[in-house]
Amino acid sequence: MYDLIVIGGGPAGLAAACAAWEGGLRSILIVERDKELGGILNQCIHNGFGLHHFKEELTGPEYAGRFVKLLGETGVEVRLDTMVLDVTENRQVHMVGKSTGYRVEQARSIVLAMGCRERTRGAIAIPGARPAGVFTAGAAQRYVNMEGWMPGRRVVILGSGDIGLIMARRMTLEGAKVLACVEVMPYSGGLNRNIVQCLHDYDIPLYLSHTVTDIRGRNRVEQVVVSQVDDKRSPIPGTEMVFDCDTLLLSVGLIPENELTRQAGIEIDRRTNGAVVYENMETSLPGVFACGNVCHVHDLVDFVTAESQRAGAAAAAYVLGGAVPGGQVLEVKNGDGVSYTVPQHIRPHRVDKLCELFFRVNRVCKDSEILVTSGETQIARFKREHLAPGEMEHITLPRALLDKAQGAITVSIREVSK
Amino acid sequence: MYDVLIIGCGITGAATAFQLSKYKLKVGILERENDVSLGTTKANSAILHAGYDPEPGTLMAKLNVRGVELARELCAKLDVPYRPCGSLVLAFSEEERSTLEELYRRGKENGVPDLALLTGDEARALEPNLSGEVVAALHAPSAAICSPWEYCLALAETAVKNGVELHLNTAVTGLEPAEEGWTVHTNRGEFQARFVVNAAGVDAAAVHDMAATHAFDIKPSRGQYYLLDKSEGDRVGRVIFQCPSKVGKGVLVAPTVHGNLIVGPDAAPSQPHDTATTGDGLRFVRQTAQKSVPSVNFRESIRNFAGVRASTAAGDFILQESAPGFFDLAGICSPGLSAAPAIGEYAAELLEQAGLALDEKDAFICERHRTRFKELGVEERAALVEREPAYGRVICRCETVTEGEILEALHSPIPPVSVDGVKRRVNAGMGRCQGGFCGPRVVDILARELHKSPGDIVQDQAGSWLLDRQTKGGKADV
Amino acid sequence: MKELICIVCPQGCHLKVDEENGCAVTGNSCPRGAEYGKMELTHPTRVVTSTVRCQGGAYLRCPVKTDGPVPKEQIFQVMAALEEITLTAPVAVGQVVIENVCGTGANVVATRNMGRSV
Repeated sequence: MYDLIVIGGGPAGLAAACAAWEGGLRSILIVERDKELGGILNQCIHNGFGLHHFKEELTGPEYAGRFVKLLGETGVEVRLDTMVLDVTENRQVHMVGKSTGYRVEQARSIVLAMGCRERTRGAIAIPGARPAGVFTAGAAQRYVNMEGWMPGRRVVILGSGDIGLIMARRMTLEGAKVLACVEVMPYSGGLNRNIVQCLHDYDIPLYLSHTVTDIRGRNRVEQVVVSQVDDKRSPIPGTEMVFDCDTLLLSVGLIPENELTRQAGIEIDRRTNGAVVYENMETSLPGVFACGNVCHVHDLVDFVTAESQRAGAAAAAYVLGGAVPGGQVLEVKNGDGVSYTVPQHIRPHRVDKLCELFFRVNRVCKDSEILVTSGETQIARFKREHLAPGEMEHITLPRALLDKAQGAITVSIREVSK
Repeated sequence: MYDVLIIGCGITGAATAFQLSKYKLKVGILERENDVSLGTTKANSAILHAGYDPEPGTLMAKLNVRGVELARELCAKLDVPYRPCGSLVLAFSEEERSTLEELYRRGKENGVPDLALLTGDEARALEPNLSGEVVAALHAPSAAICSPWEYCLALAETAVKNGVELHLNTAVTGLEPAEEGWTVHTNRGEFQARFVVNAAGVDAAAVHDMAATHAFDIKPSRGQYYLLDKSEGDRVGRVIFQCPSKVGKGVLVAPTVHGNLIVGPDAAPSQPHDTATTGDGLRFVRQTAQKSVPSVNFRESIRNFAGVRASTAAGDFILQESAPGFFDLAGICSPGLSAAPAIGEYAAELLEQAGLALDEKDAFICERHRTRFKELGVEERAALVEREPAYGRVICRCETVTEGEILEALHSPIPPVSVDGVKRRVNAGMGRCQGGFCGPRVVDILARELHKSPGDIVQDQAGSWLLDRQTKGGKADV
Repeated sequence: MKELICIVCPQGCHLKVDEENGCAVTGNSCPRGAEYGKMELTHPTRVVTSTVRCQGGAYLRCPVKTDGPVPKEQIFQVMAALEEITLTAPVAVGQVVIENVCGTGANVVATRNMGRSV
């Protein structure tokens, strides 16, 4: 019997385990399917990580390394090369590994930290032939950065999410020619700074409101056809551009990996594709918490860390603290301009002082106000100069304000003209 | 000198080889690609049709019904995923209702068991997600679904186990009558055979023309499909057809034996090997399918693909001796998968009539088994991993496929040489992430086990390279 | 007036740099942004992150970075210098791989530990 089993040893799992240890749990197990801890950070060799958490700029492996070191100072047990196959409602965890064997472990609490996966060609139904040479950007990143193999020489990238942008630069630095980055939306899905330092720096054109409408080649990609799209995202005939290339990289979105969550019967939010969570990252199954990209896709690992520390601390409190008396549960609703919020439910009586609320907007907004209302009452207002769907936003709500709310709160965006 | 050389190892060639491997014969298969089942066999609806479609009296009618009867037993013996789920043909109008009645009559005449005409409400009672517009349906409980590539592989593997020689990467370039039988020219030298069987699928007319005067054209017809995530796998429990038209059986919605939902195909004339999908074709498939099952959620798409049917103008299979000792098994469009083992039997009969002695072997092996970790119970899993730790390393997370299963495939009678070859054998990469996670790991295992560089591992057919070169000049890597 | 997006941190502030006024920067939310705005117009620099060959470790490549920004126009020179390096495991994070790479004043350092493969 473990106090806590953490599923996934990436940034979320590492931070949650460390925080749970700090919170007083002494029997903690991390189950990681790869041969080392760190998760996707190990292949994210670029910098830009850690400015919030460590107050310095680190690469992915360095960020992971810091947490692995911290973990090494605790007594947290780690099983590598071990895949979790099932999580049951009564918190049994089925796992299998070459050296682990097939094991069923009982846990008092569980943190789900399985991360996310990439959307594929099939998910967005790109028409055309089916040659080799179509990779998700993350798969290509693993090949280039960890295995040391280049997946191609002449590259078109579909999607301007951060991994796609980072890979545009990475492939260029390693000698490939990146011909274009193509984005179906009228704005980029990635961070602005990555547009600058990954595309502009290397004169890689970004085609907004364009998409791939055909892939040609029998054995290997030979050509990719790119067309402009209208405001309904339908290709406009006559706008086709043909690129001679051998590789198409896809950076068309990330999906939280919630197979285990679903199997366990935990409620899923259709908007985040992750578990519905309370203010302390607890899911609909008591004692089971979710954090990091399995809960909602983050753009910064620093926020994953902060969220996962809350989940880990909450798991410790759950195991050590016993029953908490009930109280009001506030539903957090999406107002105008907001595509999702995390948490989806807040229990004000369980908020210590401050409640962090993460959300994404569904359009680019300038000079805006983020409004938090309950019924007709505005309970908080925040100003932002720039909001974009590619960037996760967050606000902090003091408990005192939440106590004023009744039943539900709504987060919405209002653009203010100057 | 072979007694029989079969050209092509799709489902037709494999079924013929399987049948002939029962006898004391020297049989060979010449397959152009690096694996079996790479043509029409790997990209179709995966349906074993009940047999009410073909015109009574045709070879199609006779062999379809016999074929699905044989399939049930074969799939069980050879460990091929198979599910007798039944099918419904839907009628949306009075006119289509009369088509159903016609199909019902044909089915009765063809010997299809347990056919029943249902009202719209009766059909919806069986399949609650059917459209409210359905006015009647033909229920055929004997229709089934299977894994077409594993079916082909199982037949081919069993043939190889029983002594058939499979020559992969061997493309036939010419056929010449010899003193006894035929000389077959290939990119890998000459082969001699008393009898030659043409099972070359979409290229069957080209192969025919090497041996005999031109007699038929293959009119390739491309069909496009959606494969949806397992979250949509229960949308229907049976194969849902619309009324057939001149170009085919129309767009169907069906479960797959792997737990997904398959939707398609359209039908359009194409080049023989053009398996590209198109925006228009996919849109047509979506819209047409939603007429039958409006709630199909195409946002759950995990893959689109197209297959090319080897249709001819004949309207029936072309199974005949076209030159002395040269046999065509051509025009094998739908219901070719359903009829396959019966086509194999029929081919053996044709060969026997032409003078080939069919003496049964004393020890014919008709069994096959592969480990499916995912389907095992907890205790079986634990024992297996204990005994063989490679089954404890999960390579494909979506389909829960282990390294042990991949190694098992690599030691099977027809080992895979490509990432997709592994996929067809053990399902790694078939799930919702489409190999994003397991692809590099499968490349790694293939490179290690085949003693190749990762740069030499292909996605599928020869030439479908994955990795170009090593970074940093790769100098110190070995 | 030149408009830039700050790349110092993921916040991506929209900077305005006044070239006629000693490159005065507005729109930044931290001093590093002001510095970046000025530098970007006069002497743009970048941190380079890449890999080098590595023998005897769990992977065949070890990630590295320059421990400070290097002139933008020297990025490909730095990449070429990395081609010449082969590390041997074990490698420790922070270990200097190339000192003062291409005379830029920055060192190339390893960004992970790479233990010996077993």
